[in-house]
Amino acid sequence: MRTYWQSQHILASGLVAALGVVVAYISFTAEPSRAFLFPRIISSFFAVLALWTFGKALVGKTKVGNGLDRTAVLRLGPGLIVALVYVFWAASTLGFYTATALTVFILLTLYDPSPHDEPRSWVRRAIVTACFVVVMYGLFAMLLNVRTPQEILF
Amino acid sequence: MEFVSYIGDVFTPINFGLLLLGSIGGLILGATPGLSPTMAVALLIPFTFQLDATQGLILLGSVYTSTVAGGAVSAILLKIPGAPANIATMLDGHVMARNGQGAKALQLAFVSSLIGGLFGVGLLITITPILAEWALAFGPSHLFWLAILGVTVIGSLDSPSVVKGLLSGCIGLWLATIGFDDMMGAQRFIFHDAVSGGINIIPALIGLFAIPQVITMFAYGRRPSGAEALSVEPHPIGEAIAEVFRRSRALTIGTLTGSFIGMIPGVGGQIAGLVAYDQSKKMSSESHKFGTGHSEGLIAAESANNAMVGPSLVPLLTLAIPGSPTAAVLLGGLLIHGIFPGSDLFDNHPEVAWTFINSMLFGQILMCVFGLYVAGLAARVAQVPNAVMAAIVLSLAVFGSYSVQHSMGDVYVMAALGTGMYFLERFGFSAAPLVLGLILGPIAEANFVEGAMIANATSNLWVYFMTGTLNLILISVVFVSVIYSVWMELRHSRYTTKDQVVGREEEEASS
Repeated sequence: MRTYWQSQHILASGLVAALGVVVAYISFTAEPSRAFLFPRIISSFFAVLALWTFGKALVGKTKVGNGLDRTAVLRLGPGLIVALVYVFWAASTLGFYTATALTVFILLTLYDPSPHDEPRSWVRRAIVTACFVVVMYGLFAMLLNVRTPQEILF
Repeated sequence: MEFVSYIGDVFTPINFGLLLLGSIGGLILGATPGLSPTMAVALLIPFTFQLDATQGLILLGSVYTSTVAGGAVSAILLKIPGAPANIATMLDGHVMARNGQGAKALQLAFVSSLIGGLFGVGLLITITPILAEWALAFGPSHLFWLAILGVTVIGSLDSPSVVKGLLSGCIGLWLATIGFDDMMGAQRFIFHDAVSGGINIIPALIGLFAIPQVITMFAYGRRPSGAEALSVEPHPIGEAIAEVFRRSRALTIGTLTGSFIGMIPGVGGQIAGLVAYDQSKKMSSESHKFGTGHSEGLIAAESANNAMVGPSLVPLLTLAIPGSPTAAVLLGGLLIHGIFPGSDLFDNHPEVAWTFINSMLFGQILMCVFGLYVAGLAARVAQVPNAVMAAIVLSLAVFGSYSVQHSMGDVYVMAALGTGMYFLERFGFSAAPLVLGLILGPIAEANFVEGAMIANATSNLWVYFMTGTLNLILISVVFVSVIYSVWMELRHSRYTTKDQVVGREEEEASS
């Protein structure tokens, strides 16, 4: 009977092994072959080491890596989703500063230990968010004059 | 003594201002748990785009120096090492602070860091020009093996598992081949538009170092940091300086151990501090006092941490082989300004090389002077909740990645690599060899192709790459590092790794 930890290692090393095999396959079959000379060498080692790791995971001999427990997944899940939405959608759709303000406020709401039923906590979160965005805007837009994604908002 | 003629360049208003900013900012960043020196330098690279190469390197170099020392503040006052390098500092430093000797502990830490750091940078100044001249004798086959050596040494020594470390290096080398092949004009592994121009090194570095830390902070959940800063009582600095010199054995052990370990590619500061602490304990007549707030342990650990900084840049500046993840980030900072380390740097841009090295020398002094004043502020910054830190780092990562080429594709690459790296780290893979693979991949490939052409015209591939004294020495080092690591792994006696530190921090957080 495989433990939750072992199954995780099998899945993770299996994905890496699959990537290694695909990379090796492409390296040995793609044209022009001379452009793939160096990738062929690299991918050979990549595939062998990845399959070795996968084999060790299959027989339960993996020694390193703590894996992910359910509590950690539940804790990091919401933050990770917010971060990915920020990166892959909000920043390029709403504009950098608007998206940043929303993301910071949501992350503070999700992870700030202050109780949610206290109005003071919400005011503090709003102030922290506002201060942070003002500093970012002052630093990047006004002082360093660096371009940021500007879409429907600023 | 060429460096003397460039000392004045450090003191131009802009250069000195940047040095001051980097030293003070680095102390605060270093004290912030979770912001490692590598991550701090990676996040700052985009801010150097507006600066010239010398100014950019001064800022990055001073931040590197100060973050290593700044980690001592949170280790001593909060019992949270600012970076893995400060684990050994915490063992005695925090006990001293609990016993009402916080100011003395901080003073000992910064004075020891200064002495260790000055010795380390002195070594950098002495060795670098000699090695840079020697590097002129290197041909494509040697540079190829050097690049491979950089990946294998860090892959085998910096990871909890040799196989997974080397595998991480292979993933990095593969990532480096994505995009257009310059020689043949062919597309390779372009599976999304975001990587059509290859993987840009700066967003990749930011993603690989910053995003896993952001996700780790998420994993702590809605939990107060629980870190309570201990108050510090005034303590005469003269007494601290006298004590550092009175403990000359610990200072010497720390300084020499740190300098030696710094020059070994891939080993890094956390090992320097722990090894120096351990050796100092073994050689001390008061070894039973270690861990009870004894100054010898603190002096050995902190002098080693900063003595490591200068020598860790020797392989980078002479051979273009970054010996540590932070050196790899600095290499990225050099390349974006069109400067390639090695003999080219010292022959064609001596003002950049020497002003940068000199700034690290004076940065050590500024770090010590301001460290003592900024410690209180830094300790308060270190208590910033994880949620705020995660949001700040995430926003800076997005901004930094976008600003490289004004491309959202780079932001997507940063996020994808960073998220992937977090999960890989949970399963024993390591970011450092992956980053070195990514950086050294193009160097290895370019020299391999060039070497192959020479081999076809003169002898054959085997003779060109596998014979000759220098080739054989480099190949031997590659094999010895791997075999040594396998042997150490089989004996279960490998040193503390970042993975273990992260694991331990998370265990503490969830308990």
